[in-house]
Amino acid sequence: MAKIREDYENSWWPRFLRWLRGGSTRLDDQLQEELVESSEAHLLQSPEEAAQMERQAEERVQQALQDERNMYDHVHDWARLKGARLTRALYSILAVVTCFAIIYVLLRTTSFLPPFGDPDNPVNNEVSQRYIEAGMQETGAVNIVAGMILDYRAFDTLGESNVLFIAACSVLILLRISREKDGSQSAEQLLVEANDRMYEPKNDTILQHITKLLVPIVLLFGMYVIMNGHISPGGGFSGGALMGAALILYLNAFGFQKTERFFTFRVFQTVSLCALSFYAVSKAYSFFTGANHLWSFITPGTPGKLFSAGLIPYLNLAVGLVVCCTMYAFYTLFRKGDM
Amino acid sequence: MALWQSIPFACILLPLGSAAMTSVLKGKFARRWTFIVLTVVTALSACFTYFIWGYGESYTYMMGHYPAPWGNEIRGGLLEGITALFFSLIMLLSLLGGVKKLDDHVLHDKHSLYYVMILLLTAALMAQVYTNDIFTAYVFVEIMTISACSLIDARTKGRTLVAATRYMIMNLLGSGLFLLGVILLYDLTGHLLMSNIKEAVAELHATGEYTLPLTVVVALISIGLSIKSALFPFHTWVPDAYGYTTPASSAILSSLVSKGYIFLLIKIMYRVIGLDVIMATGIHNVLFLFGLVGMIMGSISAIRQNDIRRMIAFSSVAQIGYVYLGIGMGTEAGMLAAVFHIFSHAVCKAMLFLTAGGLADASGNSKHFRDLRGSGMRSPIAGVAFTVGALSMVGFPFLGGFISKLNFGTAAMALGDMKTLLVLVALAVSTWLNTVYFLRTVITLYRPALPGSNYSVEKGRRGFCFSLSCVAFAAVNIALGILSQPIVSAIRMGLDMFA
Repeated sequence: MAKIREDYENSWWPRFLRWLRGGSTRLDDQLQEELVESSEAHLLQSPEEAAQMERQAEERVQQALQDERNMYDHVHDWARLKGARLTRALYSILAVVTCFAIIYVLLRTTSFLPPFGDPDNPVNNEVSQRYIEAGMQETGAVNIVAGMILDYRAFDTLGESNVLFIAACSVLILLRISREKDGSQSAEQLLVEANDRMYEPKNDTILQHITKLLVPIVLLFGMYVIMNGHISPGGGFSGGALMGAALILYLNAFGFQKTERFFTFRVFQTVSLCALSFYAVSKAYSFFTGANHLWSFITPGTPGKLFSAGLIPYLNLAVGLVVCCTMYAFYTLFRKGDM
Repeated sequence: MALWQSIPFACILLPLGSAAMTSVLKGKFARRWTFIVLTVVTALSACFTYFIWGYGESYTYMMGHYPAPWGNEIRGGLLEGITALFFSLIMLLSLLGGVKKLDDHVLHDKHSLYYVMILLLTAALMAQVYTNDIFTAYVFVEIMTISACSLIDARTKGRTLVAATRYMIMNLLGSGLFLLGVILLYDLTGHLLMSNIKEAVAELHATGEYTLPLTVVVALISIGLSIKSALFPFHTWVPDAYGYTTPASSAILSSLVSKGYIFLLIKIMYRVIGLDVIMATGIHNVLFLFGLVGMIMGSISAIRQNDIRRMIAFSSVAQIGYVYLGIGMGTEAGMLAAVFHIFSHAVCKAMLFLTAGGLADASGNSKHFRDLRGSGMRSPIAGVAFTVGALSMVGFPFLGGFISKLNFGTAAMALGDMKTLLVLVALAVSTWLNTVYFLRTVITLYRPALPGSNYSVEKGRRGFCFSLSCVAFAAVNIALGILSQPIVSAIRMGLDMFA
């Protein structure tokens, strides 16, 4: 026969069951008992004694609170003054030591690397040889770099242009101030626009005159760099950056009212969409035909001509437009949270 | 070339191409389009796994008109197929489970941008899985970093902004180290294509040239990727990033983004550097040690939390420790255990994060344990799904977690040195710690609510999407446990194809 323990109610299983049912814990029980006992004792005493006891209890509580506060202050002070200083010192020392260790390791590694500019280096192998020797015939691009990034390794560049796009989207998520649900401007938007009108320079005559001279030239040069990307040094990324800079300069000189006539959020979306979709679709076609050894209508053409090198000029244009829009979008979003 | 061999190409290009289109759509249409694309990618991946299983060997696919060392190339194999299937399935289900909550957490005119991030992340994961070129891998690592960061700060709140900033700093550090490693590797071998690098590295290893730079390369790549996947000493960004953002983002970040980096690391170990060279450098021992400590420390930190989502986040740190433990063993069996654990943990963790969100909804939007009491009764589906996930984490038989613990144990027994003992002890301690915090949580969910609290039951009902995703996740979890034999043998076959 199982032995029934006397303090069964206090053993761990019934306590666990009680806790499970949402009942009280042992600590709660003890507090309850103390409360009951003291209240019974309180009934038996005369009023003076009771008052005396209460005072004493009050003093005890105050003393305990004071002790706890002292202890807390003591620990807290240590953590705030000495402890923080110690940790900070330790962190700084560790950071410096780690830094120097990494620098030492990297420098030492560099001394073991193949010597710079040596023709026997592993990097001078059949890969770069074919790029240099056969690149122009195969891709039709005089600029070997353009042929490499937009034809040989176009998949990487497709990813890279999406990096730009996703960066612009991230900034939009972070910084674009929301409109109201019905499409009208929200109060925050109006406030930020008012601030922008207040603090940004405007109607500076010198700036405006120089801008009038410079912007067309810079835009034209950017376009030239993009469209000649497969013939001379340049390409979508550098030309797009130039055009974006021209737009930003124009915005600074003439303000949002002028630029919003031709560059709104809609325009940004449409241009990005068209450029990226064209890039993705045309390259998907090219990848698919290439992998399956199918005939493709893309031919290198005559190297040196403007419309040659297969898709490269069009891809350069697409990349350039994406870069230009992204740069301009970054600027306006950081300035007033909208375009 | 058979038509099905173009599936990997379609899986990458479809989400990548449709991302730009999604950005101009209105929120509702963007959501539908995203679900269509994700479903298609999942179905395609399933078909691909089936076909490649029958085909029996891996193949390469030219991206363009130029053969491999000059042009880009992707590579399909069984392991890639299974991983892609799991990743796209988990992406679909996580988004399905968290889509209702996006209405509350993401501003109304930014929904379509959120879906852009999801699509580009899917494309990047697929590219990560299929790529055969180390620089392509880096480009898509960039996309993954930026999109993951935006997924965190899509919920505009002070804490998520801080978390996103910390995430960005740590992850860019990781990317930087990884890029440095790739550059040094290119300098030593002159190639970016994985198979060519492997040949060159094997030659360097045989002749004993450039031993020190090669060790540094392995160290830089391993440390870079382990920072990005939150291995123990580099995990400080985890609890904030996973704990405060919207549930769909937490699920995706913890179960896909970090796993994508680990898959890349395994790929690099097998296909770029080669396991024997890694063993010669001894870096795998460092990963082993970090994993071991992470298993214990992550669990201890999890026990100390009183916020359910931070607890799950710390539990992720512990589980990442498991994966690195498997990688650090340096044997085929260890890798197998690590890959299986990637799947079982991904399924489990996504479900836990989603259901934790559902349970918090049924408790007045509080994530503290004292408010969560009884939420399992108020939100039955979330409660049951959480219980399944927690049991799987603990290693309950018939669930995925049990099989992966078993795999780790078996792999450790085959080692037969000091590591065997270490792994077994760490497994035992970690399982015990897991039990402490997960079962405590489950019990809390089914205790009666504190007197005085009055949470409406209606808010606990999260609609059809949420229930469907919970049920599907639980089913996948149970399937991983019951059908483990074919899955494990498929992974083994895939690893053989991999090398």
